[in-house]
Amino acid sequence: MSTSDVTREGIRGAHPGREALTGAVSTLDGHRRDHPSRRRVRRGEPEFRSYYDKPVLNQIVWEPRDIAGYLFLGGLAGASSVLAAGADLTDRPDLARPLKYTALGAITGSVAALVNDLGRPARFVNMLRVLKWTSPMSVGSWILAAYGPLAGAAAVSQATGILPGLGRTAAVGAAALGPAVAAYTAPLICDTAVPAWHEGYREMPFVFVGSAAAAAGGMGMATAPVEQAAPARRAAVLGSVLETAALWRMEHRMGMVAKPYREGRSGGLMRAAKILTVAGAAGALLGGRNRAVSAVAGAALLAGSACTRFGVFSAGVASAADPKYTVVPQRQRLEERKTDAAISAAKAAASSPSPGPEEPSDS
Amino acid sequence: MALDERRAAAPGTDSGSGVGTPDGMPADSPHPRMGFFTDTSVCIGCKACEVACKEWNAVPEDGLNFTAMSFDNSGGLGADTWRHVAFIEQRASVGVQESGVGRPDGAAAPVDLGMPSFDKPGDAAGADERGEFRWLMSSDVCKHCTHAACLDVCPTGALFRTEFGTVVVQEDICNGCGYCVPACPYGVIDKREDDGRVWKCTLCYDRLGEGLEPACAKACPTDSIQFGELDELRARADERVRHLHEAGIDSARLYGRDPDDGVGGDGAFFLLLDEPEVYGLPPDPVVTTRDLPSMWRHAGAAAAVLLAGITATFLGRRR
Repeated sequence: MSTSDVTREGIRGAHPGREALTGAVSTLDGHRRDHPSRRRVRRGEPEFRSYYDKPVLNQIVWEPRDIAGYLFLGGLAGASSVLAAGADLTDRPDLARPLKYTALGAITGSVAALVNDLGRPARFVNMLRVLKWTSPMSVGSWILAAYGPLAGAAAVSQATGILPGLGRTAAVGAAALGPAVAAYTAPLICDTAVPAWHEGYREMPFVFVGSAAAAAGGMGMATAPVEQAAPARRAAVLGSVLETAALWRMEHRMGMVAKPYREGRSGGLMRAAKILTVAGAAGALLGGRNRAVSAVAGAALLAGSACTRFGVFSAGVASAADPKYTVVPQRQRLEERKTDAAISAAKAAASSPSPGPEEPSDS
Repeated sequence: MALDERRAAAPGTDSGSGVGTPDGMPADSPHPRMGFFTDTSVCIGCKACEVACKEWNAVPEDGLNFTAMSFDNSGGLGADTWRHVAFIEQRASVGVQESGVGRPDGAAAPVDLGMPSFDKPGDAAGADERGEFRWLMSSDVCKHCTHAACLDVCPTGALFRTEFGTVVVQEDICNGCGYCVPACPYGVIDKREDDGRVWKCTLCYDRLGEGLEPACAKACPTDSIQFGELDELRARADERVRHLHEAGIDSARLYGRDPDDGVGGDGAFFLLLDEPEVYGLPPDPVVTTRDLPSMWRHAGAAAAVLLAGITATFLGRRR
């Protein structure tokens, strides 16, 4: 009896007769199917040990619609403010106007999404209770608290014509803070134990600002007359190139942790993002002076930016849900450290003329 | 190890809380740092710690299910599970689990309770028939890290470092942003869905204030869970692991004991009999905020690139 045991491959070493069925076969059938019998070692998959394949990390509690949506809207708002201020200063009112409205609308949506995602939305002002540099969410809350009113004042002044001087100043202020709004969300998600986010912290800010510039450029192309939209087209192309290059570099440096960016739902979103972004940038380059092409390309760029953010979010969720992405890199790190220690110990032993009499420590 | 040495061991990441120091203690605490040493080699899997924790802290019921893989019925740590007993079945020699192994020199012999005795199951059979088998059981808990990522990333200051060096959520401040959940490298803190806030082990902050030991340590019948001053627990753990190694149990190792590890050492550390990942623990956890200065630098550079790039789009010939 005691020679059999339950493994992830099923029951091993069982005595004959162990499989005898009692009760209705149909219910037992269902029960057996529930049994965790698969061992996830496919070809090319690294071997690793885990606690019944359960994830090491607790699962991300953020709603994709709220938080990935915020990553997109925040980037769109920040980059739009920069483009709008430039359009203001170079006398392109028909480019500045829609982008100021975009910035206000996007940042309003952002804050709504962030508050909605809180477990206790009524306590959202607690975000401004402290300022902590160790918490990108705290820093970001203060950035939003400063940026939001500026973007709002710029848009309201534009729409109503009230206090145009102050409105222009607010637009410049929003443009100064816009890049911070677009970039800080990268440390926000990378400052976690989620492997697919944390391991990409060097490139993620460039992915995000590239995606933000592409989205704002796309919005400018879709809404402004083509004679005034040249900066938007250039911003869209620059942003798309930056985003694509940063993503390429990130995936190649991350090793096995980059897998969620290529596989599954998150991989699909990232592929869709790449197609939409490249197509939108091509449209901006080749057909930007055509109204219809400009509108379609602009919409593609916006959709591509949204897909990038949802793809990155969903890759993080996938990497946190699989113990492989936590255990394998950490185990590798440990083994490398052990090897390094052994090598340096061997070197020290070789270089010292006579081995010391002291006892090895027993840690 | 002296307190001052540890203070210099690693750069602190608690600075945001305004009260942290590199050794995980508030600067002006009158107390020594308190913690847990969980010696899994004597855990019998009774789950008294899980029950005592739930009772004392009024943690809600979160499902009365079995995992269908082992005797584990709580799955892992979460908002409503602050102590979790892991059960691992292995084909390995049972000899290492004989009672009395590693007893300190000069300790009293085991007491004969005069219970009726009989042969252990399988004693009469040959070794081939009996097979080798061992059960690893381990009571997991919040590690109360020296460099605690949850505390670092908390935007409201709801998570704070107590005078005992432990990490506690202030439930009247937490707004349920959920940032601490993916920040924790151990998968400890979690959001209670119907409540909206995050919850985790407080190391029985209320009991500590009254000079009592935490409920789980109080309830543990084998002293697998030991509570005390961290320095003393570390010395005790070193001694225990030395005894086990002398007894030939080479697989015994301490986890979270080292103040130089990626989280600056755990306030709650463990003696394990296999690799940490077998127990569902990360083999080499690193506090994510260790890389935050670099993250800010990269984000700053990216923001500058965005500003410069969009500025450049307005230069040149007007088309």
